[in-house]
Amino acid sequence: MSSFKYTNVYLNNYYTLASKLEQQGNLKKINYIIDDYYFEEKTFEQAEIKMQQLVIDKILSEYHNQVDLVFGGELSNQIATTSYSLAKYNFPVIGIYSACATFNESLILAANMIDSSQINNALTITSSHALNTEKQFRYPVEYGAPKPERSTITATGAVSCILSSKKSPIKITASTIGKVIDYGIKDAFNMGAVMAPAAAETLYDHLLDLNKKITDYDLVLTGDLGIVGSKLFKEYLLKKYDLKIKKHIDAGEILYKKEQKLNAGSSGPCTLPLVLFNKILKEKKYSKILLLATGSLHSPVVVNQKLPIPSISHAISLEVNLDALS
Amino acid sequence: MNKEEYQKLVKDYTPKEKKLENALIAFVSGGSVGLIGAIIYTILLNFDIQSKTANIWTIIILIFLASLATSLCFFDKWVNKARCGLIVPITGFAHSVTSSALDYKKDGLITGLGSNIFKLAGSVIIYGVISAYVLTIIGVIFNVKF
Repeated sequence: MSSFKYTNVYLNNYYTLASKLEQQGNLKKINYIIDDYYFEEKTFEQAEIKMQQLVIDKILSEYHNQVDLVFGGELSNQIATTSYSLAKYNFPVIGIYSACATFNESLILAANMIDSSQINNALTITSSHALNTEKQFRYPVEYGAPKPERSTITATGAVSCILSSKKSPIKITASTIGKVIDYGIKDAFNMGAVMAPAAAETLYDHLLDLNKKITDYDLVLTGDLGIVGSKLFKEYLLKKYDLKIKKHIDAGEILYKKEQKLNAGSSGPCTLPLVLFNKILKEKKYSKILLLATGSLHSPVVVNQKLPIPSISHAISLEVNLDALS
Repeated sequence: MNKEEYQKLVKDYTPKEKKLENALIAFVSGGSVGLIGAIIYTILLNFDIQSKTANIWTIIILIFLASLATSLCFFDKWVNKARCGLIVPITGFAHSVTSSALDYKKDGLITGLGSNIFKLAGSVIIYGVISAYVLTIIGVIFNVKF
């Protein structure tokens, strides 16, 4: 069993950063907008480091307590971006990677340690940069190869959170760690299809382990399945487990507006937190939310060797006090 | 649900690419590149240049124009609209070299630019050379000129 219940873990604070493309989408009140992908740095890699440092600086200035532990990761090789940006600070760090499910993985690790009183508070950091991922996983940036309709675009942004046992309107109540799932999909453009079974399996495990019903949740928010993956996710649940979700939203599907014509939607580790903090929580409609972050765990090298792409999904359940939410 | 069933489901739910539309766009845009080439070639012939030399100059001018457009950051947007029409002609070859160079120049002249400039064009060069080699051998044996 890989599910955990928490009695005393809260998400106290968050700070979000995104680029203009995300601002033109469906997000509201993003804390910080960057105008261009260089963010006054020489390279995109250095820009992403600066993005991470900016959100950490801002969240620390609002939250004066000492941070006990930092959990962070993103998509760069050897999670170099996180390591370089955290070199500026004097915190103990656990670097993590589960592709676009990194945000949930950091929350789960932090919540486990806070709930067992090993630490008092934790800071989480994750980010993604459209052009860094393009260069690392696909073609050179200026090549501009036409993308198929099933592909997603990596969102540019950085999100940092503070978790502690101090009460706040956002309570973290439970979590489930997912298994690595492989359904034999080899198409790196179709990441929604790669990740949909992982999200469905984790959702099923979560309900089974914690003896919950799908109707216990007002909203199931998946990470970055996109338009194609969302349909597959619902179809898979229905066919395999006969589960019908009352309300499902996919963060990748709704981050950008349809008019922006960005194929199947958005992906990247910051997609889920950006949509959660800058859309879902701002709307104040849903109280019991299940976050299902999904990650496609491929490397370009192994994809070239024609092996299928494994995927993972981690679940976090939130209880939001809508009246107290700012 | 086993792997095969899921893969069938994926096939049903994945949007089909508009192949005919893309092919038509590529036909028109690729044809336009050919037309521009022909215009340059005809102009060059008027300057009393031999046809063989004019051929080479036409290619050089097209390569230059494509690379310039890439480095001024708008060729990638055209490629996206023109589909394969700009990638298949010599302009696409130039574009792939220039875009790789631009991407990797900040990673150092040797480790970055030098070793990555032919990241995309490398395959074109190597298989181009090999097919030229094979065709030449065939040409020598059967005494045909390609």
